[in-house]
Amino acid sequence: MSFVRYHIRHDTRYEYDQPVGESRQMLRLTPRELPWQHCLSHRLAVDPQPTRSNDFVDDFGNKVRTLHLQRDHDALVIRAESWVEVTPREWPELNKGLNWERVRSTLAYQAGKRFPPELLEANRFLFESRHVRVKREFAEYAHDCFPEGEAMLVGVERLMNRIFDEFTFDPEATTVSTPVTEVFEKRRGVCQDFAHFMLSCLRSIGLAGRYMSGYLLTRPPAGKPRLIGADATHAWVAVYCPESGWIDFDPTNNVKPDMEHITLGWGRDFADVSPLRGVLLGGGSHDPEIKVTVVPEGEFDEVYAEVEDAPAWLPGLSPEPEDD
Amino acid sequence: MPSLLQDYPRLPHRFDEMRLDDDGVRPQWAPFVDRLELLPSDTLQRRARYVRESIEADGVTYNVYEDPKGVKRPWELDLLPLIVDPVQWETLSDALAQRAHLLNLILADLYGPQTLIADGLIPPALIFGQLGYKWPCRGIRPPGGIYLHHYAADLARAPDGEWWVLGDRTQGPSGTGYTLQNRIILSRTFPDAFRDLKVQTLASFFRASQEGMSRLAPTDGEAPLAVLLTPGPFNETYFEHAFLARYLGFPLVEGQDLTVRDDTVYLKTLRGLRRVHAIYRRLDDDFCDPLELRSDSALGVPGLLQAVRAGRVLMANALGSGVLETGALLGFLPAIAERLLGEPLKLPAVASWWCGEEPALEYVLSHLDELVIKPTFPSMRMETVFGYQLKGDSRTRMIERIRAQPHAYVAQEWVRLSQAPVWSRRHERRIVPRSVGLRMFAAATPDGYTVMPGALTRVSPREGDEVVSMQRGGLSKDTWVRTTGPVPDTTMLKTRLGVIDLVCSGTEIPSRVGENLFWMGRYAERCEGSARVLRAALTRVSDTDPEALATLPGVERAARNMGLIEPPEEDEPEKDTETLLLAAVSDPRHSGSLASCLYRLSGAASQVRERLSSDNWRALNRLSQLLTGPVDDVEQALLAVDQVMQSCIALAGFAMDDMTRDEGWGFLIVGRRLERLAIQATLLAGVLRASRNMRRRSLEWLLETGNSIVTYRARYRRAPELLPVLHLLAFDVTNPHSVAFQLDNLRRYLQRNSRELGQSRPLQLDALSETLRGFDLTRFEADSCDEACEELADLLFQCEAASYQVSDELQRQYFAHTGLTARMGGWQ
Repeated sequence: MSFVRYHIRHDTRYEYDQPVGESRQMLRLTPRELPWQHCLSHRLAVDPQPTRSNDFVDDFGNKVRTLHLQRDHDALVIRAESWVEVTPREWPELNKGLNWERVRSTLAYQAGKRFPPELLEANRFLFESRHVRVKREFAEYAHDCFPEGEAMLVGVERLMNRIFDEFTFDPEATTVSTPVTEVFEKRRGVCQDFAHFMLSCLRSIGLAGRYMSGYLLTRPPAGKPRLIGADATHAWVAVYCPESGWIDFDPTNNVKPDMEHITLGWGRDFADVSPLRGVLLGGGSHDPEIKVTVVPEGEFDEVYAEVEDAPAWLPGLSPEPEDD
Repeated sequence: MPSLLQDYPRLPHRFDEMRLDDDGVRPQWAPFVDRLELLPSDTLQRRARYVRESIEADGVTYNVYEDPKGVKRPWELDLLPLIVDPVQWETLSDALAQRAHLLNLILADLYGPQTLIADGLIPPALIFGQLGYKWPCRGIRPPGGIYLHHYAADLARAPDGEWWVLGDRTQGPSGTGYTLQNRIILSRTFPDAFRDLKVQTLASFFRASQEGMSRLAPTDGEAPLAVLLTPGPFNETYFEHAFLARYLGFPLVEGQDLTVRDDTVYLKTLRGLRRVHAIYRRLDDDFCDPLELRSDSALGVPGLLQAVRAGRVLMANALGSGVLETGALLGFLPAIAERLLGEPLKLPAVASWWCGEEPALEYVLSHLDELVIKPTFPSMRMETVFGYQLKGDSRTRMIERIRAQPHAYVAQEWVRLSQAPVWSRRHERRIVPRSVGLRMFAAATPDGYTVMPGALTRVSPREGDEVVSMQRGGLSKDTWVRTTGPVPDTTMLKTRLGVIDLVCSGTEIPSRVGENLFWMGRYAERCEGSARVLRAALTRVSDTDPEALATLPGVERAARNMGLIEPPEEDEPEKDTETLLLAAVSDPRHSGSLASCLYRLSGAASQVRERLSSDNWRALNRLSQLLTGPVDDVEQALLAVDQVMQSCIALAGFAMDDMTRDEGWGFLIVGRRLERLAIQATLLAGVLRASRNMRRRSLEWLLETGNSIVTYRARYRRAPELLPVLHLLAFDVTNPHSVAFQLDNLRRYLQRNSRELGQSRPLQLDALSETLRGFDLTRFEADSCDEACEELADLLFQCEAASYQVSDELQRQYFAHTGLTARMGGWQ
């Protein structure tokens, strides 16, 4: 069986104008266990040391760590490091599956209809949420991709293609609070906007779609070395398919995620799975400096060769979650 | 005398609460109407006026957003109560208790296994499709399994005489406080009728509700502390929050008054942190915790959800309870009742159709005229629409909107509201019919739900109006439920206070109050000090006498040291002194100006308004109206500065002579003293550091700004000299403007505060006070005393620094409570 192993370092650094006396943070930085993804090791380091921290699993199944800092600090540094093993997924044949109308009616409510657990779960991802809208204009946009009787997954792939073709990746065009309707008008945005827009289209025609949060292996420009901190967090979508479960699609890159996507977690939209979320008392807030580095096992030595605070090498094969 | 009923019309196709079809009145009304008939007409007018005056005297208000008449509007209460048939009430209240119980079970299911959705009894869209469902709250099991502590239902009576539910209130229902206030006023208006009709009292309901929260709260054996959490004075029902808090004996708190440590909620008080066991929540759940719910909420308590998850605090109602306010759920309740209770739903809702179901949608569109259209979710901004009022284009547009998003609309049968008599202000001895609706209340107790034997009756503002809503400017009525049994003689309001009630000061003064008083003290003192320095400068800048003009640079420097004059930006041409001084008086963009300081003073004062006497408040109000525009010349500036000073002096008088000396007051005084210490030390040190010439020229204005010129003249009868001036302004403990006086007073007040509040005392000032006391004044007798000046200046700078340090320390220790970590100890 083939597999790929990655080391992921995700650094977040907040610097404050004035000392912060109290701070609370919620981190969703722990990779999920999946049939095709296994977390070999994971550690979270926080500086300064929090007064209290707590772990729990949210209702979408994501691991959450909460931090409470109660002493003056001028900066907050959070480092998440994971070794993750990814194996190939089983892909259903797109054109063999149920047609999209069937999927829609399978998900839809009728008086007295019972939902088995899987369908009940899929129903969470069928409606509007804070960043995803259900509107006629989105349904109309999706319409051409879903002709009558089309296999659902074929339609979803076509929708992904269309978004990739018609939307421009542009980090300047949007912020985290740009509504999806504006993303649609501008046809511009980043991975998060692409994902929210695709989810809006899917839910507007009655299909269930969830927001996936994670990382993507990037390729350095030809002839250039892989740089530390050159990557970013990534977002894509998964669509519910009654025969095969949840199938991932990445509209930002027009690919069906496989061995190069690493999943942190999922929710209805960004608001449910934001990797970091916090509240400060005092101090001026600034956008944090975020550095993500995804390194395949084979390049690890090369990338971290000259680095002072290089991460630990793969700790055997058994997962031993360590905490600071 | 003509009968009251003579001109009271009986409307067709409506139920009349009072009147029977023939000439008579319903039996429960008869004794009341008989009495009214006997009263002379001017007596009724007088009583109507008494009701209005009581509302004003008690300050009962209901804030209406975007009301052109201003934010606060007097509550409106009709002279006549609504009198309910006791037998029918019995049935109604039994049914309401069942409904509350059912809704609680539904919440338990939705935030637990969700079997109602899995089994097709509730469409997923109604729950998963709304922001009211709080995913972070799923899996939290509240104390006693009770999610819904406070429940209210809006009811309407159809022409056939039956009551129907129009909507459920499960977030944080408002109205109990207003109902109580209505009762207090009306039972005084008709004391005899109230007694003779055997009207049921409300106190037992509130007691049961209060005990319900206390008994269910996780207390770990401690005496339970419950608080009422309000969004603050801008909320529409803030009056009610304050009123209920007082009535129930709960501290009224805003989000910033609470803090979560170690998964436990604490109230920040001047005496330290006190654990909170139950929160009576009048803040919508979305705003309660910016960490896990709406992140842009400034009203909540970060970390609250974690404390709830840990089972350390009772929320009444549970976070997420607002999910049931969707009107689309009404039609699904009968089947759910059968499933969860195994019995029929006793209190039916008016027929309703959720358009998200295909057959319902078609029915709604073909029967629009008989229906009322409402939004499915309360978060949608949409007014109720009466189908029959939709004509032409607007009808077409509505149909399009519903077809485009059917799941977003609910239709309800249009109920012709029942009518009740309302006292008309405009006509003598006249009662007129108006549409009415009831808001009934239930509260959870460990033994089940208890229903208030009374209700808030809401009245449509105009004849023929179909909507009863306080937000729309409606009127309210007291609701009398008669009993055949004895009326229990319980009341939570003492009719007369005994010695035991003679509390001298509140023990639970929230830190926020102390903090605002502290800053009010500091800003008031800064305003006064700034005004004095500016006056000294302004009188000199326009003086033609060269001698006087020569003293200007010293004052100007002092104004700079105090931050009154903005430091020049680079490359900026030097402005003349006059322009700089005018800006120092009135420029609101410059944060050190007198105008800015006044603005901050009003800000702090408005937060503690309820603790200030009305005269004190009026003085503050006058002050905040000064310097709202620019001053054009020195003359205007001087006039304004004089006015500020007069008002400041009045404020200082109020502080010493008009306020009860409780713990909050102590902080006001400490604030004033700390600020005066900082200002006086800065001014003196600045002069001591200056050249000998400038020093000499500064003595006069130092005495002016230290308000000590009269004392100096009386004592020495000669021109100002360095030694006596320094003695008076720095060393003389009898001069309330001297540095030594501030230090002595601060030590005393800080000692008192720390003794009363059980906290350690900032010690920085003690050593400084000793050093100052030991300073050898004879050193200033010498002709050349530069060294002594330098040394004293150093000491004064230390005083200034210490004043800011102490301020920070008080801030941490008493207000923010961030300095407490070490003392509370043992956490990791």
